[in-house]
Amino acid sequence: MLHLEPRTEPSRRWSVIAPPLAVALTMLAGGALFAALGKNPIEAIRIIFWDPLFSDQFAAYARPQILVKAGPLVLIALGLSLGFRAGVWNIGAEGQYIMGAIAGAAVGLAFYPAEHWAIFPLMILAGGLAGWAWAMIPALLKVRFNTNEILVSLMLVYVAEQLLASMALGALRNPEGGGFPGSRNLQQYPAASNPELIPGTGAHWGVVLALVAVVATHVLLSRHKTGFHIRVAGQSERAARFAGVVPARLVVFCLGVSGALAGLAGLFEVTGPAGQISIDFNVGYGFTAIIVAFLGRLHPIGILLAGLLMALTYIGGELAQLMLGLPAAAISAFQGMLLFFLLAVDVMTNFRIRIRKGRG
Amino acid sequence: MDEPLLVVEGLTKAYPGVVANDGVSFSVARGEIHALLGENGAGKSTLVKMIYGLVRPDAGRMRLSGQDYAPSEPREARARGVAMVFQHFSLFDALSVAENVALGMEAPPPMTRLAERIRAVSEAYGLPLDPDRTVATLSAGERQRVEIIRCLLQDPRLLIMDEPTSVLTPQEVEILFETLRKLAAEGTAILYISHKLEEIRALCDAATILRRGKVVATCTPRETSAAALAELMVGAAFQAPERQPVEPGQVLLEVTKLDLPPDNPLGTSLREISLAVRAGEILGIGGVAGNGQEELVAALSGEATTAPGTVRIMGEPVGHLGPNPRRQRGLLTAPEERLGHAAAPDMTLVENTALTALARMNLARRGFIDWPRTRALAERIVRRFDVRTAGVEHAARSLSGGNLQKFVIGREILQEPRILVVNQPTWGVDAAAAAAIRQALMDLAAEGAAIVVVSQDLDELMEISDRFAALNGGRLSQSLPTRGLTVEQVGLMLGGTHGMHRPQEASHAAP
Repeated sequence: MLHLEPRTEPSRRWSVIAPPLAVALTMLAGGALFAALGKNPIEAIRIIFWDPLFSDQFAAYARPQILVKAGPLVLIALGLSLGFRAGVWNIGAEGQYIMGAIAGAAVGLAFYPAEHWAIFPLMILAGGLAGWAWAMIPALLKVRFNTNEILVSLMLVYVAEQLLASMALGALRNPEGGGFPGSRNLQQYPAASNPELIPGTGAHWGVVLALVAVVATHVLLSRHKTGFHIRVAGQSERAARFAGVVPARLVVFCLGVSGALAGLAGLFEVTGPAGQISIDFNVGYGFTAIIVAFLGRLHPIGILLAGLLMALTYIGGELAQLMLGLPAAAISAFQGMLLFFLLAVDVMTNFRIRIRKGRG
Repeated sequence: MDEPLLVVEGLTKAYPGVVANDGVSFSVARGEIHALLGENGAGKSTLVKMIYGLVRPDAGRMRLSGQDYAPSEPREARARGVAMVFQHFSLFDALSVAENVALGMEAPPPMTRLAERIRAVSEAYGLPLDPDRTVATLSAGERQRVEIIRCLLQDPRLLIMDEPTSVLTPQEVEILFETLRKLAAEGTAILYISHKLEEIRALCDAATILRRGKVVATCTPRETSAAALAELMVGAAFQAPERQPVEPGQVLLEVTKLDLPPDNPLGTSLREISLAVRAGEILGIGGVAGNGQEELVAALSGEATTAPGTVRIMGEPVGHLGPNPRRQRGLLTAPEERLGHAAAPDMTLVENTALTALARMNLARRGFIDWPRTRALAERIVRRFDVRTAGVEHAARSLSGGNLQKFVIGREILQEPRILVVNQPTWGVDAAAAAAIRQALMDLAAEGAAIVVVSQDLDELMEISDRFAALNGGRLSQSLPTRGLTVEQVGLMLGGTHGMHRPQEASHAAP
């Protein structure tokens, strides 16, 4: 019989081994799944993990897409991880992402067709503020009336989606768009666009900000008092109060930062890769970022790697659907396995397995 | 001669950096009350956890009633007739006594039958307990009885008791001892862990003494003096704390008519608490647990805030200020609960130093924590207070209870407080470490600090405090000079209503 025994301290060795081991196990189990579907497992795994980066045929298109997808995922996940560490559960990043995009685009479109260097910075400000303000709704309701931030932030996603639709069809609709829904394309408006900075990399300002945010949150968590308070609060509310943490202030801070970062991610998306406000502008980055945050174990560097890995499986998964005719559900299951195996292997960080003799 | 009930041979258990038990061997006979004595970190807890199946030994073997015994989990230990009463109770406050007992059973009988059995056992062993009462309304002694009765319902052959008297009043201790003697007379063996030497001499038939994970002696406590026992335990001559009387100075901490509603429905509200502590003075606050101790400490530390004027530090109103502003003004606190309150379990000792020391020690510049200096302070605490750990980068929860307590108290003392509030400073700490902590508190007072010690250990309060007050139902009695107070007087101050019911009274009280 296997038997789990708690460790007195988390094992450092296991916390390093766990992620690569989880990826390896996912490849094995995923390969078995693909084989059961009648596909060549080795080819499928190669297409998902290798071809987007190194194949002559696809890399030129796929490689930039990895940063385009990883940028917003990492940016949003970093903000969420602060709250998750402190026990503040912002599930509504998707809504904050949408609001950031709407507000940012609206500021840009208001100046159309003027050309001025200050327009883009103003849009960035508007995007961040809108995401922050949208997150302040669950924050203030929680602080004031002790409502559950999980429910409020989640429900506000659907409010934001309705607002997005009404903007795409109404106030922000392209007057020269022949009645089609959707705003003007911001990529074609230089003062408000977020171009690819180095051709062929997919890196735009949002990717740059994501990298800056990785460093900033790492410094915040490891060196700054606020980060320390976040970590204490996540471990024990009583110890945190004893350390002088005011829980309400922490709720406002964590929701505020994650909302602002999600709003910025939305702004960079609408001005860059997406180009315009449309009904189906959001594609679920705000929810996927929750998985990325946990896959990266709420650690900034881990989130960076998890974001890149998640982006890779998205691109590779699309490629596998195209090349091998794998169903989309198989790719989703494959991504699910990744999280499943990571959480399973992670148990070893805090427990050791003992083999019990006899029947007990 | 029969084989003893429990034979332990060469048990060894190592944790990273520490060998908790190193080839421990001893035996317990049927009907014997056997003491397990040792300092903090001597390996007592690890040893009994192995006997109770919570921890698996690395080497060695055990025999129970002549058969091999290697429990892999407590359930197996219980099935073989081994029961344990822990130092910290695991009871649900909002449930009744009977419900709590049922939760710990494999196959609980219907509630009415269980209540009858609880009543029967409690009367047979002189442990009055009403099965229908809510645990929240019970005193610490009564809670312990719930745990004991929970064990007795399993008809144990070996009962392990971990520091059972640390929360009991003198009268409650007497009742407990009678029960234990009765059990022993019926053939139940009792493994009794304590560091109160007089108790062990009064109660136990045999004693095994552990030091640094090894058995250093076995003796008959009745024939060995307390001083000799202490010396065996510590391995050096034992030093009782010394007190140099100091002329009290100005009033540093003053509390005036402090009222505080409880923050949970089962808490105690504080009513019109007034006290004053002068420089160089130690005020001891006694009382049975649950009479407002935690609430009072929270109101002093700043975790609970009140009207500004109700708490004053050197005349300045601070009742509305949180913990850190009070720390900056020199008021430091060491709460009772070590893990999860005074320390964050999974954080390192360095990080736990930052938990309270940032404000007073200026360890953060513009919000950025100076980790090298924090680390240096953590190392000083470990060295100065003899905290046994493999290093300051280890998590708080990897320390034994007593060592963590030394760390928590040391952390506050090394910040040179003007006023120090401590709750249960030596709870679960062995004699030598307790003496060191008390000595440190007295030295601090001698240097001119004002100290409030909240404790349930009356001997401790009598030993170190200048004045004594009792907390009862959220009210604080007037404080009296400790010198000249008798234990009986103190018992009266504690209020009587929370004292012991004699068995016959309690059987009336049962519906």
